[in-house]
Formats: sequence, C-alpha cells, structure tokens
Amino acid sequence: MSKVLLILKREFITRVRKKSFLIMTILGPVLLSALFMLPAYLATLPGDERTITVLDEAALLDFDRGKDNLKFRYLPPEKFGLEEAKEFFSNSEDYAFLYIPQSEGGDPDFISRNTQLYSRGDVSFSVEIYIEDMLEKYIQKEKLKAQGVDPEVLARTKTKVNIRIFNLEKDTETENLAAIKMAIGYIGGFLIYIFVFIYGAQVMRGVIEEKTSRIVEVMVSSVKPFQLMMGKILGLASVALLQFVIWIVFGTGFYLIATTVILGDKLDAANIARQPMQGMDNEMIFDIVNTVSAINFPYIISCFIFFFLFGFLLYAALFAAIGSAVDKESDTQQFMLPVSLPIIAGIIVMIRALENPDGPVAVWFSMIPLTSPIVMMSRVPFEISWWQLVLSMIILIVTFVFITWLAGRIYRIGILMYGKKPSFREILKWTTYKN
Amino acid sequence: MSILSVKKISKFYGNFQALNSVSLEVPQGSIYGLLGPNGAGKTSLIRIINQITAPDEGEVWFDGEKLNSSHISQIGYLPEERGLYPKMKVGEHLLYLAQLKDLPKEEAKKRIKEWLKRFEITDWWDKKIEELSKGMAQKIQFIATVIHRPKLLIFDEPFTGFDPINTELIKSEIRRLRDEGASVIFSTHRMESVEEICDYIALINKSSKILEGRLKDVKNEYKNNVFIAEVKGTETVSPLNGFEILDQQVIEDNTLLRIALKDHLSNELISVLAAQRTILRYEEEIPSLNEIFIQKVQEQ
Repeated sequence: MSKVLLILKREFITRVRKKSFLIMTILGPVLLSALFMLPAYLATLPGDERTITVLDEAALLDFDRGKDNLKFRYLPPEKFGLEEAKEFFSNSEDYAFLYIPQSEGGDPDFISRNTQLYSRGDVSFSVEIYIEDMLEKYIQKEKLKAQGVDPEVLARTKTKVNIRIFNLEKDTETENLAAIKMAIGYIGGFLIYIFVFIYGAQVMRGVIEEKTSRIVEVMVSSVKPFQLMMGKILGLASVALLQFVIWIVFGTGFYLIATTVILGDKLDAANIARQPMQGMDNEMIFDIVNTVSAINFPYIISCFIFFFLFGFLLYAALFAAIGSAVDKESDTQQFMLPVSLPIIAGIIVMIRALENPDGPVAVWFSMIPLTSPIVMMSRVPFEISWWQLVLSMIILIVTFVFITWLAGRIYRIGILMYGKKPSFREILKWTTYKN
Repeated sequence: MSILSVKKISKFYGNFQALNSVSLEVPQGSIYGLLGPNGAGKTSLIRIINQITAPDEGEVWFDGEKLNSSHISQIGYLPEERGLYPKMKVGEHLLYLAQLKDLPKEEAKKRIKEWLKRFEITDWWDKKIEELSKGMAQKIQFIATVIHRPKLLIFDEPFTGFDPINTELIKSEIRRLRDEGASVIFSTHRMESVEEICDYIALINKSSKILEGRLKDVKNEYKNNVFIAEVKGTETVSPLNGFEILDQQVIEDNTLLRIALKDHLSNELISVLAAQRTILRYEEEIPSLNEIFIQKVQEQ
C-alpha cells in the first residue's frame, strides 16, 4: 500500500507542478462556461438578413413584416402579374419569391394549396417552416373570419399561463427550480464526461510514456504492475479532485463576496421573498440567491465527487489497459472506440434524462455502470428515490472492482510487450495468463 | 552456499515454451554469467527471479528461503530495456526508486549522496534526467540498481550502449560490490563481454540450460591441448616429430602456428620448436565461450 502511495504522490506532484495544471485550473472555468454560453450567444446573433419578394394577390398577409432576419418586400398586385413579379425577383438580390394567388370564391383552402415559393437554389429549412407557419396562421384567421369570429375577440382570447408549483412533501409553494436543476445536472454530467476524457487520456498517455521511456521494467522489479497502475490512476484522480476543490472553493468564495457586496446586509434568506422590488437588477439577484439557497449543494457535490471518482477510476483502468497494450499513441484508435462509445452514449442519454429524470431511459442508463456516472449525475439535482441512487452506486463500485481487476490483468502483460500491436483476441487471452 | 537456486523452472506463453525445466545454482558472492543467444529464455528467467512473472512449473529459492515478496527489496535489477522519467530531477528520481525498494527517505538521501560523490557527479542532484547524455543516464540507472544494497544484483545486457569508459567503471564497481559480499548475475548474448569478469556461467539455448559450472572448469574441460606459437621468419615450419601442425600462416615477418600436443607435454613442444626457430610468443589456446557454446549446441 505504501508503494501505491509513493507512486500516487509522484504522479500528483509532477502533474500539479506543471504549468499546464495552473493554466487549466484558471482557464478551465472560463473555457467551460464559454462552451455552455456559446450556443446561447450564437443563437442571439443576427444571421444573414434575407428579404423575400412577396406578391400577395389575396391580400392574405396583411403586410406582415416578417421577423428580424427575414423581411418581406411586397409588390403591388395592381402593377405586377406573376410573370412580371418573377422577372423583378430574378433581377433583384432577394432570397426568394413568394406568390400567394387570389382565391376563387374566397376559399382559403385554395390559397393553402396554390401558394408558391420560387428561389434560385435550395430554400433553407427554417425559412420554409416559418413561411408555412405564417400562412397557416393567416389562413386560420381567414377561416375564423368566414365563420363570423371577430378578430378583436380572437386577440382578447390569447392567454399567457404561469403555473404555480407546490411541493407536497415540503408543504410549501416553491420557486420553479426545474430549469436551474437541469442546468446543474447538465453541468455535473458534462464535467464528468469531459474529465473522464481529459484525465483518462492522460492516464493512457502516461502508461505509453512509461513504456516508451522503458522505465516500466525498472518499476515492475520494485512494485507489482497492479500497484503501478493503481498509483497512476489514483494520482490523476487526486489531481482532478484538487482542481474541482479549487473551483468549488473559489466559486463559493466568489459567490459569497459578490452577493455580500451587491446586497449588503439586506441578504437575509428569510426576508428575501418579502423584499420590496428595488429595480430589475436587485430583483434578479434576489431570485438567484433564493434559488441557490433552495438547492442542496452539499448533497449534489458529494454525489458529484462520488460519481466522478468511481466513473473516472472505472474508465481510467480501461484507458490504462489500452495504453499498456500499445507502443505509441497512434495505435490506440482501434481500442479507444469501444471505450468511448459508452461515455458518448452517456452524454446523449443525459440530455433526455434532464427533460424526464424519472423516465425509463434515464433510470436504466443510470444503473448501467458505464453510463451511470454521467446519467445519474444529471438526475441527482432532481428528487430521485434513494434506493435508485444507492443501487446505482453499488453497481458502479462492483463494476469498478471487476473492471480494475480485468484491466490489471491486461496491464501486467501489456506493459512488458513491445512490437506488434495486439489484437482484441490476444488482449483477451492475456487476461487468462497466470501471473 | 547458493544465494539463488532455480529448480526445474518451466514457463509457457500460450503455446510457446520460454523455459524448459531450467535449474541453476548461483553461489553466494560470485559473478554469474547467464549466457545464450537472443530469445533463449534469459529475460523470462530473470523476470521470474524478479517476481515480475511467476513460473508455470518449478520453484525458486533465495538465500535459503522460498522466493517471496520480501525478497524484492533484496534484489537489484538493471533491465535490458531501461529508462528513467525524463521530467524528473536526478536526486528526486533516485530517491523515488530507492523508496520503492523500501529504503527510508533519510537513509536513501545519504546513500545517493555517497554514490554521486563516488562517481564525481555531486552537482547533478537538481539536473533533469532529460538533460543527461546517455552515458550519464547509465550511471544514474546503475546507482538506482544498487542503492538499496541488494544481496543479489541482476544485470540484463548491461553493457549494450555503454561507452568503454562507463563499461570499465561499472565493471570495477561490480567487482567491488562482489568483494563486499553481493552476488551478481550477468545476462547477455555477447559472451565475450563477460568472460573476464564471470566466476560461474550457465549457457542457455532454446529454453533449456545446456551447460553450467565454474568458468575455469568449463574452459579446462573444453581445452583440446592446442598451443599457439609465433616464430621468427616467414619460411614454412617443417613437420615436428610427434606433433601435428594444424595451421600456419605468415603475419608480416613472422609465422603463426597452431599445434596439437597429442600425447606429449607442452615443454617437449617448446624444445622441438626452439630447435628450429626463435619463439616470440607461446600460449595455450583456450576456447572462447562462443566456441564452447557453438560446440555444445552442435553436440546436441
């Protein structure tokens, strides 16, 4: 055991001492939040503005102006026939040409069947959908009008709903935390995913380096291969945990300082709900503080550390086995695929699990040990039954023990094998060799 | 008394038999050559002695006890494929390897400093391994092998890649360690490189031991009473009564002869030869280990 500790210590110290660790610790949160924010930010960016030429003979659209990046240019029907309009469009820079014909006998269905869209190439799917939706809306309106429904009345019937959510167990009206829980579940699952890949790859690279630098044979004359493998894996797990702890400490510190500075002595959880509104900014911050204080962070963080640790150890053992079987990194591809697939499956299922944390897919994949660290982590912020959590943990631990044992058997042979890249069959055979 | 007894060891890798009932006795305080061509099974045997792998059959006894994990710290092993962590510093690297051999930190530090002093490299403590030349790294690897004062030292192909100066340095250090009581196993396929240093040898070929014994005895056994003489002048030497001249060749101004003694004594040959020519050099032809090995393999 003391030898595993020595190896762990060396791995830990050499890696923490590296500049890249410091840089990743500082840049990590920035990069990760960028990764989360970027899609949202990109969605708000104005895309290419497109103009569509419209010849609305039926006067259906009521000169609808379109949306931000999709404008309509109306041609007066009294001056343009279809052919003139087409010609006008081909001489213009416009994106597409929409033709809405006059209906015969005022039949709105005629319009829905005979409207045409002309373009120079393919029309983007979103434009097609938008125009179809819009036409449906106006045609429906026409039909309602034909049935004698006053548009004024129609406008008044529009309703916006805000459901109030009550928690029976706590007997209180709660803020709707679903969104924030989803965010936490997403971040937790995603962090495990990213860390398993980044640090798992480091385990693999470390093993390959030990092989190529030929230190490994020196090492195994002093320690058992299994000790060497465990020392490396646990060393890297400690590095990753240190990184998390730094982030959590700084994150909490930053949060406390920020809220204290902005809210000062008004920060009193009991009073927050009754605070008079003091402008949008403060209201929003109260909202955040309120939500954050309603989330059980110690529980979530403990679960995170558990699932990260065992998920990482499980995969790291597999990565170590892969590293031991090859001589250079370029040979790992073939073996990486079967190991990467369950991680990627985990992240795909996680998205569904976030929407429906108690659905059968979410439950099953949070039990299957190779996906459970990611999927279960995404469910943890929601209220899940404790037996599911405990069962998932037990399955994960048992699998971890088995996989580590198996990986150790591959590793002990692999690290002393040089030359030809082994096949899957050969690797499997290694596991049956006697010591 | 043997420091190491290998008893009927067999080892299989799948269908391939790497060792076939090999037995060895390594006497305490000796330098023992484990010799044989590449792929003969030497490294397999060494890995078993180092407990990196276990034998399929047979057992190993170390210092009077059946081999167990407590012996790991009593064996020093310099593998053929040897390396160091390039990013570590010399001092911390040696300290790390010494601690893995169960040496307490302070004691390890003390001994490392002694060794660095002995090799006159005390200022290397903070040097990074990757800054060292190959020859420098070899010295560090040697120190790492012996730092825990093992009872048994095992060197697998120790001199491949060593420069002549390092080779001599290491050889003299090994002799010194032997004189201090350590036993040494040399494993190599380059038999000529260890002839002068080994007390005992074993020849291994195709997974089996084909010969073992004290080097002197082996050589005596394989001597075939042939003497080499260098005489002055380039004229052919006329037949010598009762002796057989196996070969004669002119080398510059002199003639080199190989003469079989047959039933006569060496002194008789000298007098017969001296009557004809001036003898410049005269010595017994002792077969090299290479020759013995080839002869032994052919006998089988």
